[in-house]
Amino acid sequence: MGQSPKGRAEGPARHATPAVPGRFDALPEIVRHQPDRETYLGFYRMMLLIRRFEEKAGQLYGMGLIGGFCHLYIGQEAVVTGLQAAISPGRDSVITGYRDHGHMLACGIPAKAVMAELTGRAAGISKGKGGSMHMFSVEHGFYGGHGIVGAQVPIGAGLAFAHKYRADVLGEEGGVCLAYFGDGAANQGQVYEAFNMAELWKLPVVFVIENNQYAMGTSVNRASAEDQLYRRGESFRIEGLQVDGMDVLAVRGAATLAIDWARTRGPILLEMKTYRYRGHSMSDPAKYRTRDEVSQVREQQDPIDQAGREIVALGLATDAELKAIDREVRAEVAEAADFAEQAPEPELAELFTDVLVERA
Amino acid sequence: MEIRLPAMSPTMEEGTLARWLVKPGDAVKPGQVIAEIETDKATMELESDEAGTIVALAVAEGSDGVKVGTVIATLAVAGEDAPALAERPAPAAAPEPAERPAAAAAPAPAPPPAKVPATAPAKVPDAVPAEPAPTVATRRQTVREALRDAMAEEMRANPRVFVMGEEVAYYQGAYKVTQGLLDEFGDRRVVDTPITEYGFAGLGVGAAMGGLRPIVEFMTMNFAMQAIDHIVNSAAKTNYMSGGQMRCPIVFRGPNGAAARVAAQHSQNFAPWYASVPGLIVLSPYDAADAKGLLKAAIRSPDPVVFLENELLYGRSFEVPEGEHVVPIGRARRHRAGRDVTLVSYSIGVEVALAAAEALAGEGISAEVLDLRSLRPLDEAAILESLARTHRMVVVEEGWPRCSIASEVIAICMEKGFDDLDAPVLRVTDADVPLPYAANLEKAALVDSSKVVAAVRSLFR
Repeated sequence: MGQSPKGRAEGPARHATPAVPGRFDALPEIVRHQPDRETYLGFYRMMLLIRRFEEKAGQLYGMGLIGGFCHLYIGQEAVVTGLQAAISPGRDSVITGYRDHGHMLACGIPAKAVMAELTGRAAGISKGKGGSMHMFSVEHGFYGGHGIVGAQVPIGAGLAFAHKYRADVLGEEGGVCLAYFGDGAANQGQVYEAFNMAELWKLPVVFVIENNQYAMGTSVNRASAEDQLYRRGESFRIEGLQVDGMDVLAVRGAATLAIDWARTRGPILLEMKTYRYRGHSMSDPAKYRTRDEVSQVREQQDPIDQAGREIVALGLATDAELKAIDREVRAEVAEAADFAEQAPEPELAELFTDVLVERA
Repeated sequence: MEIRLPAMSPTMEEGTLARWLVKPGDAVKPGQVIAEIETDKATMELESDEAGTIVALAVAEGSDGVKVGTVIATLAVAGEDAPALAERPAPAAAPEPAERPAAAAAPAPAPPPAKVPATAPAKVPDAVPAEPAPTVATRRQTVREALRDAMAEEMRANPRVFVMGEEVAYYQGAYKVTQGLLDEFGDRRVVDTPITEYGFAGLGVGAAMGGLRPIVEFMTMNFAMQAIDHIVNSAAKTNYMSGGQMRCPIVFRGPNGAAARVAAQHSQNFAPWYASVPGLIVLSPYDAADAKGLLKAAIRSPDPVVFLENELLYGRSFEVPEGEHVVPIGRARRHRAGRDVTLVSYSIGVEVALAAAEALAGEGISAEVLDLRSLRPLDEAAILESLARTHRMVVVEEGWPRCSIASEVIAICMEKGFDDLDAPVLRVTDADVPLPYAANLEKAALVDSSKVVAAVRSLFR
């Protein structure tokens, strides 16, 4: 011990986009998505909604309106925006860990219901009983919101098992599960138990590693013997693909490939190279990386700025039109925050409901 | 040499000699299969250890209930004088086997009532049927068969029900509980998993959230400790955390508690662990009728259920009602009526309590036996009602004493039945130690009826 791993630099992690994204030979190359105007503006708006929502959540936390743990998604918006655009709500399923606000918004869950959950109000999506890390929406096919690192991965494999079973045994329409987890969760043993069964049974699941470079304060290459996380399925014969997670169109292109693969052949692993601007949670001292590192990514690779520049360069919209979208989004978020502040807390009687399913 | 019926599992006490593959006069080689033995778990091949010639077969093909240790054949080992052996008469009857280790044996007979005070009341009529004699037809079944039937019936009724776990399909169940299910339902609904408890428990939870009704078998509940995060954090809390939106209808089942001579890591009662968790339903039946009726109720439950079986009870036979038989969750069952003391128990503890009640009857003490069956929700009303009649209570539990189901029952009596108590409520449990291997130590560690009888006597001093 005490030696640095062979061929790996110590100190701050390499960040974001590798020069040539890694992939297994069996997989075709990612075709960067070519959106029409409406689609690209839709991506831009969704990423902006997540950004402004999270900024507002950070403010409400600072004001004491949100308590407990609160993990913000700022910087990672392109990942969930690009992936969610490729699935069919109502047919497919989505599951993630505790950094889940962005996933809920991208699933189409109203910002009000998510923000009111954060403030612990009766109008929250979980009636105020779940909080930041534990939100669900049966209606939108969103299966949580799980606070135990890595637990969502076998559960996601189980959702995929249900998709396959419902198609094969019950003759219903099949679906695909998108199971998101972080680079930290990628070191949990249960992830590999899930990989094994998923490939063994050819379950329709896309495992998405959101590699934001840090598991709390530990950089990927201080925690992972194999830090090219797209290869983590190799010993289970799961094909893997590394994607620039700061480029929403690259993500969207990878999503098409991955979802098609999962529907027809079984599990696939996407490593999304991304970056989290904020701390792990609101109480992160941020001693493990430099301010320069963060600002460099923000300036050079910000997913929203990159998309905005491209939209303007392609002539799909003007700067003024993008500013108008920002104003709209800010208004929507402000409304959600006002609602979440003013909505009443749950009735005390709610303490004892929903422990078990209520019997008629 | 004599070939005796070997024990082929830790709990095997007897077997069926299904088929002889040799006859007198045949030469056998070491490793040659000479017979097929059906145990309560599986059909197994019996091999000859020695080379030699079969002299005689002492047990006829098709004989069942052959005790472990019975001489089933004689073999002239190569080099021995075969004709001389042949002149010996074959054993006329199966000899009784050597005494089996404590845990596998039936409850110890009650000790003689020597120390009973002379003032003991006259013998009361006991063994009053606690429940009205069933008017429905019944048939005799083992607990194992009853559990299998419960799963099979529910799988026939609802195509969303499936069973998964280690060795549930092609092996027919490590304890033969899923025997025959693969043939009837196929491998899409009877799913062999890798040895990966944490993973398949989580996968089962996901399948339940995704609209299926999984039955997840743990080979034993000891191994579920690797998966307890998913049982508690993922399954039990989902409905609450989602504000009542997200269901997780799943059954986690498997043998729980001490088996026989498998020692500390394979002998533990997890009932108190799971019964402490809001959001779970915890069931632990004793007889075959309850095993079937409660497992059917568990599979139909919209909530996650931990269903705790007992390996030593799998082979016990009881009357089970014919046809549809579902037992409601949350109700205790009186197995034996009595008026002087209530013995509260569950699972294999009920067997101990019934044996103790029988012994106490001989001493003139009329003991009621209450089987909790459902540990969460717990039938407080039944506990308090019985206490109000008998005014004395002993909780019998095959498990550790601290923070146990017994502790909980005692707390209920203190909080809500204090005025009915004529004596402190006692608990008779396993010793507060990891379960030892040595036969004598194991016996000393496990709850038994003599300990229960002694505790009850102390209440009447």
